[in-house]
Amino acid sequence: MIAKRPLSLTVNGRDYQRDVEPRRLLTDLLREDLGLTGTHVGCEHGVCGACTVLLDGASARACLCLAVQADGREITTVEGMGDIGALSLLQEKFKKHHALQCGFCTPGMLATAHEILADGAPLADADIREALSGNLCRCTGYEHIVRAVSEALAESISGRVQPNAG
Amino acid sequence: MQDDAPANDARPKNVGSRVQRLEDPRLLTGAGGFVDDIQLAHTLHVAFVRSDHAHASILSIDADAASALPGVIGIYAAEDFPVKPLHATSRMKDYQSTAITPLAQGKVRYVGEAVAAVVAETRYLAEDAAGLVDVSYAPLPDLVDPRAAAASDVLLHDGHTSNVLVSRKFTRGDVAAAFAKAPIRVKDTFRFHRKTPLAIENRSYLADFDKGKQALTLYSSTQVPGVIRDALAEVLEMPGHSVRVVAPDVGGGFGGKASLYPEELTVSLLSRLLGQPVKWTSDRLEDLLTTSQAFDETVDAELAVDSNGRMLGLKAEILGDVGAYSIYPWTAALEPMQVAGFLPGPYQLENYQAQVVAVATNKTPAGPYRGVGRPAAAFVLERLIDMAAARAGLDPVEMRRRNLVQPDQFPYRTGSGIVWDQSGFTECLAMASDGIDYSALRQERDAARQAGRWFGIGVASYAELTGIGSRMSAAPGMPINTGTETATVEIDASGAVRASFGVASHGQGLETTLAQIVADELGVAVDGVKVIHGDSAAVTHSTGTYASRSTVLAGGAAHLSGQAVRAKVKEAAAFLPETDAADLDIADGIISERGTNKTLSLKEVARAVYSEMGRFPLDMRAELDLRATKFYDPEFGTTTSATHIAAVEIDPETFIVTIKRFLAAEDCGRLINPMIVDGQVHGGIAQGIGAALYEEVVHDQNGQALSASLVDYVAPSAAETPKLEVLHLDTAALGTLGGYRGMGEGGAIGAPAAIANAIADALSHLNINISELPATPERLFRLVNAAIEGET
Repeated sequence: MIAKRPLSLTVNGRDYQRDVEPRRLLTDLLREDLGLTGTHVGCEHGVCGACTVLLDGASARACLCLAVQADGREITTVEGMGDIGALSLLQEKFKKHHALQCGFCTPGMLATAHEILADGAPLADADIREALSGNLCRCTGYEHIVRAVSEALAESISGRVQPNAG
Repeated sequence: MQDDAPANDARPKNVGSRVQRLEDPRLLTGAGGFVDDIQLAHTLHVAFVRSDHAHASILSIDADAASALPGVIGIYAAEDFPVKPLHATSRMKDYQSTAITPLAQGKVRYVGEAVAAVVAETRYLAEDAAGLVDVSYAPLPDLVDPRAAAASDVLLHDGHTSNVLVSRKFTRGDVAAAFAKAPIRVKDTFRFHRKTPLAIENRSYLADFDKGKQALTLYSSTQVPGVIRDALAEVLEMPGHSVRVVAPDVGGGFGGKASLYPEELTVSLLSRLLGQPVKWTSDRLEDLLTTSQAFDETVDAELAVDSNGRMLGLKAEILGDVGAYSIYPWTAALEPMQVAGFLPGPYQLENYQAQVVAVATNKTPAGPYRGVGRPAAAFVLERLIDMAAARAGLDPVEMRRRNLVQPDQFPYRTGSGIVWDQSGFTECLAMASDGIDYSALRQERDAARQAGRWFGIGVASYAELTGIGSRMSAAPGMPINTGTETATVEIDASGAVRASFGVASHGQGLETTLAQIVADELGVAVDGVKVIHGDSAAVTHSTGTYASRSTVLAGGAAHLSGQAVRAKVKEAAAFLPETDAADLDIADGIISERGTNKTLSLKEVARAVYSEMGRFPLDMRAELDLRATKFYDPEFGTTTSATHIAAVEIDPETFIVTIKRFLAAEDCGRLINPMIVDGQVHGGIAQGIGAALYEEVVHDQNGQALSASLVDYVAPSAAETPKLEVLHLDTAALGTLGGYRGMGEGGAIGAPAAIANAIADALSHLNINISELPATPERLFRLVNAAIEGET
């Protein structure tokens, strides 16, 4: 048995203390130990982007991150971005534009999109496509995702609505 | 009576509208429930020891070191589960099935095949232990090339006469005469390389055996919970009422989750044996090695055309590499036979002959993948048409216009015997070329060429049978009939509406579209209809969602059940107070009597039916409920069709293909939800783009998979996918309830052909044929270099 190490971190504004094996992945900590199953695992080698979360505000692959690396840090998962009945701007736009089908890649897609909105730079559709290129979606063909992110970005920049998570 | 009450209370309000999906709030907030999200107390975890040989005898399995690890419960091999193997049977002459078992018995037949199951308290421990299991093998000859496998004396399966699992010939008309008189003949050998469906959610299974009830629940990321339930009942020798298969939220399928997998059998047997929940979730390596693959066909084809560009005859020899097993329930015949069946396309073509051979090799078993055979069929025929058009001096659009089955020719029986009942073949071609402004696009292409750029336009038309009923078969002679679908619509004592189906949604939005239909039939709000799907216990018999069937079949059943319940509501309401059922309207959950201002809510009727039955005559009470189950069988199915147009540019230095425009004009009948239809078409096209340009499962000569990560198996991201333009004919299909046609697969059928034609057009100055997909930069580089060397 490998010795466990103490770990404290903040997830979606809540503090957690756990003892974990050093080899434990951040995805397993989030999903199994904290019950935050919204973060999905698609490839475990950092390509598909389904596990993307915000680590101290920046997008990060939770499948390539050991739980102990998150010690003392702040994580936002999809559960912290909005709620049923109180969707975030991005979540609203995804719903409006049918930017999800099976919904499996969606939490990671939202995390990356969140970073795009937080950066706040205006982007043409081609730039949005490039910015989303680290998140694979097999259902939508990306067309509606690009529309959703584009509209959310425009509204976010125009200041009519502020992104409400992150 | 309310003044604003509709005159015709059956007028659809929801069908045809861009209703936002009921699934989305949970999926957008991380509140969905995929199989791997389910955490049951005392769950044990499985890691599989998998073969690293493509073909070998298993000599021994040494599990001593692994068993000694703390936390390891046990290590299991084939002999621990002496169950009767499953066979995907078929009535096809000379078809040879293969035994499907939970774990490899005596022999492994592809790299990744499960040899042993390690059960431990955590997945980490299970994987630690799996790494310590030592399997010794005696290698057998690796049969990787299907032609060599077909001729080999070495057999994958004992008792077979050869490695050819299926062999069949079609002939219609006088092909020899057609070719003899044809002034133009074009031919080539076309190669569509192997693909994997690549759902972003890997396969995942959680079996929960209840010892007290002697009942098993399998939570499975499957498209076909009904098929799996019936298979488990057979293998586990348990009655169907004690086996339940639940497909909760499923993260994409595309056909890859539409078959029975050995791991589903293994976790179920383990849970029954150990009396605890047992879970296995595939990692991506396992997915790329073991999820069913597809599209692995070589087609030698020749087309005969007259001097006016009229297609006279078509000949084809189709060689399908179906991998190591004949997949359950579809059989190894599924894809190669569909290539042959759909090769004549939507065209007037009276003379056709085809030979189909499906060969077992030491590779991952082939199974259904979006489009099933039709992407390869469309690729071959649409390339031949462009080659013939060039010889006849015709524009590709004009060539197709002349040959498509014309509106007055329906129903049209194709050379393979498939009947196109009716569809907008010529209308879609016209809509596509108008929609993209074909003449302007040609001018743009010509100007680009003048400037030395490699710019090309490609057109592809296709037709497919969707929503197939009981008179047709997804694969010839397969063991199950998929031609009907059931719906149970019920209003409970609280007035809430539930609609249960045998289908299983994994991204298609069926919780919304089926609710739209039921809501219209009952006169209630869409979000007031709870759709139950993906649960073998929800209805008496079910299969699942595949083959573009769910909208047509489940949609039809929803109409019938909804209408039946509506009639029951009116019948009951007529007693409260007494009135004539014929005078009642239902809208927004309110029943109103025409010509009066009397109204009654659905809730009041429900309460009366279930709790105040004294208000109804005694002889009515034996059938006093607000519930109906109806089946729908479209008998033959319906014809979905489309024309796709692509414009591409090739970088002459990197040979990277960029798609500049992509437009699809399609006829999927009446649209239930245009937003969802667009999404389905977009997704199909993106997979077609992957098939055309990027995706390829590569094996070496020993059957080792070289494309075993997402770095090596390249799926298109947003950056490689262009803006997608979609146009709909939106006219009701004849012959299906509601006028719907299936449209889940079509995008993937037309796109590879259109892109292949566009690439060939871009390279037409070098006279290069595109006969192999994906057209990767390396392949294009070799083709261009060979062409240039040939000229000098």
